[in-house]
Amino acid sequence: MKIEISNGRVVDPKQGIDRVATVYIAAGKVAALGAAPAGWHANRVIDATGLVVCPGLIDASARLREPGFEYKATLESEVAAAIAGGVTRLACPPDTDPPLDEPGLVEMLKHRARLLNQAHVYPIGALTVGLKGDTITEMGELMEAGCIAFSHGDAALVDTQVMLRALQYAATFGYRVWLRPQDVHLARGGVAHDGEVATRLGLPAIPACAETIALETIFELVRATGVQVHLARLSTHEGVARVRAAKKAGLPITCDVAIHHVHLCDVDIGWFNAHCHLVPPLRGVRDRAALRAGLADGTIDLICSDHTPVDDDAKQLPFAESEPGATGLELLLPLTLKWAHEDGLPLATALARITSEPARVLGLNAGHLGTGADADVCVFDPDLRWVVAPAALKSQGKNTPFLGLELAGKVRYTLVGGQVVHEA
Amino acid sequence: MTSTALPDAEVALGHLADKMRGGIAHDAKLIGIYSGGAWLAERLSRMLDGEHPVGYIDVSFYRDDYAQKGLRARPETTTLPFGVLGSRIVLVDDVLYTGRSVRAAINELFDYGRPESIELAVLIDRGGRELPIEATYVGARLTVARALSIVLQRRGDGNLELSVEDSESAADA
Amino acid sequence: MRNPQLNAAGELQHLLTLEELPAQIIDRILDTAVPFVSIAERDVKKVPLLRGKTVFNLFFENSTRTRTTFEIAAKRLSADVINLNIGVSSTTKGETLLDTIDNLVAMNADMFIVRHGQSGAPHLIAQHLSATRHTHIHVVNAGDGRHGHPTQGLLDLFTIRHYKHDFRRLTVAIVGDVLHSRVARSLIHGLTTLGTPEVRVIGPQTLLPTAVESLGVRVFHDMHDGLAGCDVVVMLRLQSERMKGSLLPSAGEFFKNYGLTVAKLKLAKPDAIVMHPGPMNRGVEIDSAVADGQHSVILPQVTFGIAVRMAVMSILAGN
Repeated sequence: MKIEISNGRVVDPKQGIDRVATVYIAAGKVAALGAAPAGWHANRVIDATGLVVCPGLIDASARLREPGFEYKATLESEVAAAIAGGVTRLACPPDTDPPLDEPGLVEMLKHRARLLNQAHVYPIGALTVGLKGDTITEMGELMEAGCIAFSHGDAALVDTQVMLRALQYAATFGYRVWLRPQDVHLARGGVAHDGEVATRLGLPAIPACAETIALETIFELVRATGVQVHLARLSTHEGVARVRAAKKAGLPITCDVAIHHVHLCDVDIGWFNAHCHLVPPLRGVRDRAALRAGLADGTIDLICSDHTPVDDDAKQLPFAESEPGATGLELLLPLTLKWAHEDGLPLATALARITSEPARVLGLNAGHLGTGADADVCVFDPDLRWVVAPAALKSQGKNTPFLGLELAGKVRYTLVGGQVVHEA
Repeated sequence: MTSTALPDAEVALGHLADKMRGGIAHDAKLIGIYSGGAWLAERLSRMLDGEHPVGYIDVSFYRDDYAQKGLRARPETTTLPFGVLGSRIVLVDDVLYTGRSVRAAINELFDYGRPESIELAVLIDRGGRELPIEATYVGARLTVARALSIVLQRRGDGNLELSVEDSESAADA
Repeated sequence: MRNPQLNAAGELQHLLTLEELPAQIIDRILDTAVPFVSIAERDVKKVPLLRGKTVFNLFFENSTRTRTTFEIAAKRLSADVINLNIGVSSTTKGETLLDTIDNLVAMNADMFIVRHGQSGAPHLIAQHLSATRHTHIHVVNAGDGRHGHPTQGLLDLFTIRHYKHDFRRLTVAIVGDVLHSRVARSLIHGLTTLGTPEVRVIGPQTLLPTAVESLGVRVFHDMHDGLAGCDVVVMLRLQSERMKGSLLPSAGEFFKNYGLTVAKLKLAKPDAIVMHPGPMNRGVEIDSAVADGQHSVILPQVTFGIAVRMAVMSILAGN
């Protein structure tokens, strides 16, 4: 099917393109950009006048809640949410039930996603069996089944010797490992950032050093093993500084931040709003500023949604008892645009953090609109304002701190492999 | 004698004392309802012959309009320096209107004990009763439109003064 | 952000916390409590204000003392009181907090007195009642996790006002486990709102919360320095589970450094008063000689507590 997306503002961060142009799609690939290929006759023309045309978004962390947590969300509902949010490829963490520690589970997930024929799903495999932190998984088998990396999700990995060996093993075969920098002991029982807000609200707290101590441990293990590590979900200003220094020293590390931490801080908890109960916790104003600066200067490679649908019942509880997490697939784009607008950043810089950079970190040939690339495209209206309300979200997770707020930026068309999978 | 002209408070007080003199029991105890009745009780105890101890009662916790109006801003403390049981009491209030304040005061007094008798002395009776309550001793009678309130004030020199205000700004009597 | 304990008219709809509670509302509660103290001294200790109202004591954490004082206070207002010890009732069978509330609302509850082990539970309930349009039902926080114990804070303020009159001249010290103390947090908010110029917290670093100065207090680790010139000394209870382990080595060492003895009390002003929210651990945070001595106002605190709770409930139920 030949599709022409005409007259939109094409922003392709990887190719450094930001101009009004037409995109030509044929046989599921980008056939040309700018001038029509010879003998071009479109089956469908999408008029993108006034809209932005960019590579389909790539979300490095979105929980689909399958297997095991189907009462919170299903593959179908969350992939539908993804494409509604312009996300054409996503990676999902291994902390399902059971965790993704068996090739069969991974194959099943990939198979069902293929059948849906909407977004590409890249499972991240469990680093240890059952995510129990004792025995390493059959990483080779899991890679063959379709995993792109290994992580421990939010589960604790306490034993540093196990961590060292898991990283050594992964390094042997060149597998990437994603780790959340949070010291289990220092974070134990904590639900909020250790600062003025937690003190005033009387919430058990997680100090910033829970992140920095874990980061330094990981850096040492990276030095010892040479493994490629991606640090999942930075939250502190000290953490950003340490990553900056470690990158400068040449460590093979990348890192990300969740979109919520780009905008919110602990003050937003207000009077115990459980929608602000997140992992890692929302930190202070200074931390948020450092995260934004880190994103602007590339210390932080990418933004993910950290999409985590939580059912209402699990949020309608006292703060510390509520389940952490926020829905995010459909908010990733407008919230990224909001950040760019507020900090005066070029659109291409902002979009890079959710297209070309995640592609690089995930090792995918995607996130760009070069000739011959898979035609994964997101066409959005940057000025269309909409109110975040349960009815407006396709995800089964309606849990977001942004409920009731008006955001600018709505996806009008999402194409995956040259097919229109979503239009609004 | 009923009139529509606002009487002078001190003159009315004089009339009230005259009526009470020789009428109240020799050992009667005066209990003034805050705050106008309290001032009056104090003055009366000095104006009347004999020993008439004075107590003060705040009816905020016994009013029947709590559900509609909530609790009054700053309730005073009921202070009775004598026992109620077996006492002959004269309740003193500034303005007798619907009768509800007096009903509340009687209910409250009974929570302190069972009196021998209760009489009621008021400076002004403005009619408009909503309960079957009448004063034993009245200083002056007056008719005033429903929308208006009669307010007793005490000046710096201790003299009492009556005025008329719009109802919203004064408490119901 | 609008304070959820005030209604649209700025009146008290719930009592959840002393944070951001306007001074005039605090003053009104304290003033209203004064006549209730006298009522406790007469034979018929009841007034009819809450007649016909149903007050549910919802205690998710055990506390016979606090529950009893609320029960007495509500009964003296002529309310019908139902005590629910939730630990043994439906919530252990999996009923959520809000489901429990909905069931009680259906039984015509007028007021919930809530004690819960988690910070924020009364706020959640208040917000739920607002969302389900039950504006005539009021919530009183009887202690939520570490966050707040506003009626205790108010009775502490009442006690201080009774003996010391003007907050704006006072130096007040709060001693002990501030980190875990909802009593301390509430009292600090109340004192700072009423203009107390110097509020001190005294304790070891392990028992003081991060950034506690942001609450408006001065930190002392040395009790001798901290008690110097104090008008009021408030001793906090040290719970047994805190007495050993990684927060403190032992009750004995705690008493040595932070226990209030007759000798240490001499560092405070000669007319200083000593307070304690109770129950006391004699010999751990406070010496018996001080607890039973002439500076102690610990028993009056209990009496005032009933009057203050009566004031809170009667103001709420009338709004």
